[in-house]
Amino acid sequence: MPDGLVAGTVPFSAVDGPGNRYVVFLQGCGWDCLVCHNPCSIPRAPAGIRPTPVAEVVAGIRDAAPFLSGVTVTGGEATLQAPFVHALFEALGDDPRTAGLTRFVDGNGDTDPGVWELLAPVTEGVMLDLKALDDERHVVLTGCSNARVLASLRDLAARDLLYEVRLLLVPGLNDADDMLRSTARWLLDLDPRVRVRVNPFRHQGSRACARDLLEPSPDDLARYRSVLTAAGVEHLTFPV
Amino acid sequence: MQLLRLQELVRACVVDPSLTYRQRVQRLAALAENALDPPPVSEACAQAQAQGVVHDMAEGNAPYRPRYVLPDYGAALARGSAHLELPPPGDLDEALAFLLAMYAAVPSITGYPVYLGDLDVLLEPYLAGLDDDAVLARLRIFWRTLDRQLPDAFVHADLGPDDARAARLLLRVDAELRQVVPNLTLRVDPDRTPDDLLRAAVLTACSDGKPHFVNHPMTVADLGADYGVVSCYNSLPRGGGAHTLVRLNLAESVRRRSLGSRDYLERALPQDVALTAELIAARVRFLVEESGFYEHDWLVREGLVDPARFTAMFGVYGLAEAVEELLVLDGVTSQDGSPARYGRDRAASDLAGALLAAVAGLVAAAPVPYCEVSGGRALLHAQSGIDSDRGVTAGARIPVGHEPQLYQHIRVVAPNHRWFPAGVSDVFRFEPSVAANPDAVVAVLRGAFREGMRDFTFDVIGNGFTRVTGYLVRDEDVTALREAAGRAGRDGAGGARHGSTFLGAGAVENQRLAERVVKQAPPAGAGDA
Repeated sequence: MPDGLVAGTVPFSAVDGPGNRYVVFLQGCGWDCLVCHNPCSIPRAPAGIRPTPVAEVVAGIRDAAPFLSGVTVTGGEATLQAPFVHALFEALGDDPRTAGLTRFVDGNGDTDPGVWELLAPVTEGVMLDLKALDDERHVVLTGCSNARVLASLRDLAARDLLYEVRLLLVPGLNDADDMLRSTARWLLDLDPRVRVRVNPFRHQGSRACARDLLEPSPDDLARYRSVLTAAGVEHLTFPV
Repeated sequence: MQLLRLQELVRACVVDPSLTYRQRVQRLAALAENALDPPPVSEACAQAQAQGVVHDMAEGNAPYRPRYVLPDYGAALARGSAHLELPPPGDLDEALAFLLAMYAAVPSITGYPVYLGDLDVLLEPYLAGLDDDAVLARLRIFWRTLDRQLPDAFVHADLGPDDARAARLLLRVDAELRQVVPNLTLRVDPDRTPDDLLRAAVLTACSDGKPHFVNHPMTVADLGADYGVVSCYNSLPRGGGAHTLVRLNLAESVRRRSLGSRDYLERALPQDVALTAELIAARVRFLVEESGFYEHDWLVREGLVDPARFTAMFGVYGLAEAVEELLVLDGVTSQDGSPARYGRDRAASDLAGALLAAVAGLVAAAPVPYCEVSGGRALLHAQSGIDSDRGVTAGARIPVGHEPQLYQHIRVVAPNHRWFPAGVSDVFRFEPSVAANPDAVVAVLRGAFREGMRDFTFDVIGNGFTRVTGYLVRDEDVTALREAAGRAGRDGAGGARHGSTFLGAGAVENQRLAERVVKQAPPAGAGDA
């Protein structure tokens, strides 16, 4: 059974999917986002992170299980360690003390096509970021094309596994009305009942390269809400 | 009391600019009552009171009404009342007016009723034929009237455990109006209370800190199906109540004369439990045998309370300090050599469990008169503190500022809840983000009840309300009171409309409630398993 490079765990989270969730942060991400709020999780194999056996992670989750709705594996980019995620989710499903927990992946969607096929049988939901529908903008924000992200969104929607799409919005970069409208239309075309969460860019945790970016103002947030709602997004959430 | 001293106190009261007219009247009544000598007790009992070990909760020297009265409002609505000269109500308007009239006539220590009934069950039959808007309009008026007419946050109503239209609408009005009155409890039966009702209750608590949640099956097992939750998490027989509540300060009891945990459990604790029971008995006897309350009160005459359904409450508090000091005497420390702390160290949890088991055993063996409903014994209660307590933690709580991570907190306190049939409280403080995901709290709540918690309550940082003992204060009221107190002389008039705000302001300060640890997810990596 593959070990995982686990950057950390959080036993109680109300902001990583439905209900109360145990969150497993996996180390390593293939992107280098301008707005990354957790840049220390980007390197694939930094010093000080030792491989963690599946059983060790399961033990931590089992201890918290009576209070949990589920488990969310995030990162870094969780799907870079898909075999570990698969083994972890399978083990959770096999243990009667954790079998009732929903298993979620929170990722960037830049994923090999075979990964969702592998994870689908042991996964109840996936939350993906869509940094920009426009590919050029996407490259500016992440350093990569969004082609595989869009493919992941289509694939997951078809499998009925797409729980939520997160829009990380940065004033002036990806928050113009027409961009929001076209993004909403594209997502609604995928799934008319799609859940969309707006994550306003925040400086907290981000790097020096993001210091000149603006945080959305309350007026911006109100505009996002009205544009996305008018475009037909019914399930729209914002951070409290 | 010396006459001159009494005159001084009366004069200070009648000219006190911070008190409303009614607050002055209530204080004058207390001064008059306390001009009498308290029911006689032994020298040892009087000494234990003087040393702060046994405390009568300042109920008054001459108990002429029970501390907690839980009328059978359902019977009153069904039969009408000769005393109130009201027939059984025929519709929602009449029912609400009936209840308001009745509340004004319920005796109490505070001057205001501590129990308003299981309002969802009481009101549900009157909702037929009315749409939601029509009901909400009436409930808003009712709710506002309760808060303005009974301005005291110990005034308490119950909901649940079953889902009902009335429960939903009452929660909705409560979340909308954001008042400290009435205090609310939702009784939760894991098999009967649906997630959706819990979710609505959690969202209400995110708005205004209410309701408190009670493990219904666990309480039914101890008190029977006919119980109510009143005032500060006091679970008591309905159609009865509690004659009195006397509390034992475990911390002072340890400090007074203890050589170590074994000595304490075998020698000092049994003596102090006996002294507490003695004070309870003296107060109950005066109430029952001398005040004549149970012969002449209208609730008794109309069968809305039954004297045989009254018990007495034996409160304990300061468990944390008692345990920590005993471990010092025992020479037991934390692994790193620092003093062992309740909430952090296993040794402290184990000793807390042993201490409470011992208290429960002693209380169960101490006969108290006129408590047939609870087998002739007092009911044990984790007393949540009063405003003037300093350096001593409420009930069986973990000290403010030292509360551990969420699950550890639950697991430390949950095993102790079994000992407290009359209620126990641990307050969990959450981040506002739970408002966007109430299911997170629902999951924690269900888990906490599975772990054996009897009572669960939370407040949300930044929503403008602080959970004190079991009641709430609005933060802005506490600030206004402080500012008024800072202004000298009569120009400083402007106390507080709610009498409980005076108490809450003292508690927020003395018990450093602002320092309650917020249950937040540690940053990624910090919570490494």
